[in-house]
Amino acid sequence: MTVTLFIPCFIDALYPRVGISMVQLLEQLGHRVECPDDIACCGQPAFNSGCWPEARAVADPVLTRLRSSEVVVVASGSCGAMLKKFYTDLFAGTGREDEAATLSGKVWEFSDFLVRCLGVTDLGARFPARVTFHDGCHGLRELGIKTSPRRLLERVQGLELIEMTDTETCCGFGGTFSAKYPMISTAMGEVKCAAAQATGADYIVSNDSSCLMHLQGLLTVRKQPVKTIHLAEILASR
Amino acid sequence: MTAAHQFLEQARRITRDLRHRGLIQTALRKYEVKRDEKKLAFPDWESARQAAAEVKWDAINHLDSYLEEFVARLEARGTRVHWASTAAEARDAILGVVRDRKAKSIIKSKAMTAEEIHLNDALEKEGYEVVESDLGEYIVQLRHEPPYHIVFPAMHLTRDEISDLFHRELGSAQTREPEELTMIARRVLRQKYITADVGITGANFAVAETGMISITENEGNARLTAALPRTMITLLGIEKVIPALEDLALFLPMLATAGAGQTLTGYNTMYSGPRQPGEADGPEEWHVVLLDNRRTELLADPEQRDALHCIRCGACLNVCPIFRNVGGHTYGTAYSGPIGSVITPHLRGLKDWKHLSGASSLCGACTEACPVKIDLHHHLLQNRRNAVVEDAPVLERLAYRLFAVVANHPTLWQFAKELGRTFQPFHRWILRTKLDPAKAWTATRDVPPMAEMSFKEWWRTRQ
Repeated sequence: MTVTLFIPCFIDALYPRVGISMVQLLEQLGHRVECPDDIACCGQPAFNSGCWPEARAVADPVLTRLRSSEVVVVASGSCGAMLKKFYTDLFAGTGREDEAATLSGKVWEFSDFLVRCLGVTDLGARFPARVTFHDGCHGLRELGIKTSPRRLLERVQGLELIEMTDTETCCGFGGTFSAKYPMISTAMGEVKCAAAQATGADYIVSNDSSCLMHLQGLLTVRKQPVKTIHLAEILASR
Repeated sequence: MTAAHQFLEQARRITRDLRHRGLIQTALRKYEVKRDEKKLAFPDWESARQAAAEVKWDAINHLDSYLEEFVARLEARGTRVHWASTAAEARDAILGVVRDRKAKSIIKSKAMTAEEIHLNDALEKEGYEVVESDLGEYIVQLRHEPPYHIVFPAMHLTRDEISDLFHRELGSAQTREPEELTMIARRVLRQKYITADVGITGANFAVAETGMISITENEGNARLTAALPRTMITLLGIEKVIPALEDLALFLPMLATAGAGQTLTGYNTMYSGPRQPGEADGPEEWHVVLLDNRRTELLADPEQRDALHCIRCGACLNVCPIFRNVGGHTYGTAYSGPIGSVITPHLRGLKDWKHLSGASSLCGACTEACPVKIDLHHHLLQNRRNAVVEDAPVLERLAYRLFAVVANHPTLWQFAKELGRTFQPFHRWILRTKLDPAKAWTATRDVPPMAEMSFKEWWRTRQ
């Protein structure tokens, strides 16, 4: 099938390897990938800040552009939740709610798409390391994604998954919250990093680069050895 | 200082306090283990939540008729009912009764509604002695501070701190034993029950069908507060009404499990009226004060009406990573944590309390934990939207407008990334200084480098 891969703004600018890995994996599975060049963001920052007209200014072209897509795979649980769940709220009463509902039906987060839509768990990956998985809240609670990333990790050769305590506790990123309430965001991140470190893992893995950006930022400043990596990069490792 | 400034100041101070963080996280982890264990006593916790949400939905959507039914039955057994539209009216009603009875001393059991209307301050200002009889509440009262948590008012204190407090305030010997500490408080409180002229209680549920209130507690203090003084006053919010007596069969275990990780709370009592002719004990008169205090405004909001389902179990506070890091006092409100952040803007004004809705990562742990399925974290989003509509932050909106233009034009988006790449090397010159525009982020976190080739550049070269 033809997969429309939605690459969020921060993955485009900061973590291109995540998107590249996804393209490689989807093509490896025999699918045609297209990446729209004329949309860059889902509009979540403005939406979460309460600025809904401004969020619609970003989201309107996204809704239009993805109208013809067969299936939309989003490279982030958080942006996936925005497209799949929050667009129906954002466009309620605007005349575009039906389009938002149609889009919702064909949006998938990447790891969930592999496992629950395509039924694939083994991608032939090899990644010899001990890792712990961080559940991004939007993926976990808005989209209900819990087992898919773990099933994918289980099939990675050489990889050992060690669950941390409170794996479902928020890392403290929260989008603009991280800059508006940095002291709370930092404290939450510290708790998360400590839980990850207690597992003895080499890597914190997630299906959300935004959580990892926050955690890696804290780990680097504190010169801590644990590293962060997106699930797709592991799956593309050979 | 505004409430928002106060919140930020307090959050800054408390998030650095690692001792506080450790204390709260350890206590709440223990709670989580017990709660999960007790949930197994339900045939299916999720169905129980759904059933509870439906009962509450019915109660709140027919509040007018259920309240009338409740009041008619109360009055039929000789209870005097006072309707209070505002906090001031509720305080006046209670002060009126206390004055009429020429009371000197008042004993009180736990009631968050009393915190909401600042009842103790009002009574003390008039010269009455008010003593809190719940152990945790008594402890924080001795410290002259509000409850830290709606269910565990003194959870931020260690045994040593409580021992020091009792030693200082009551002259007791130092001890680390919880039983001994409890006995010290009990000796003081027993005297207070006997001498008090008026007992004030809250209520956990108000049963419309039978005109009863249900109080659930672990210490027996509410029973004594209600039974010993000649006059009993009960203060409750109008949202406490449930339709039928049998609903308690669901709500009492649910409140105990979600709130404290218990199968059932230690003492569960139903009150249906003052002492009736021929009865040997109980208060001679009972006054029930029904408080609105802008709850009807919340009722008028179809989007967030379900916030009135709240049974004040505190489950959302317990799982909230914000609460677990900033603590209960930081909120500066009677109701803290996610439910407090949702309802305080409705009860006390969005303009002054919108920051509480902003201070959330919207993780949704609260919504998942709520036994009556209040859509808590989405209500925080709605509060944010309503705050922007009410009082638009001009610069922020302009920034998002600008971002929309850039994000929707590939050339501008490309240019923005190149601009970022060009200027990022110079950022380290001002990193973490006053000139750093990203200081809120960089003060504690490293900034990831802009990719030398963005995804879209890679994609274009590949095509």
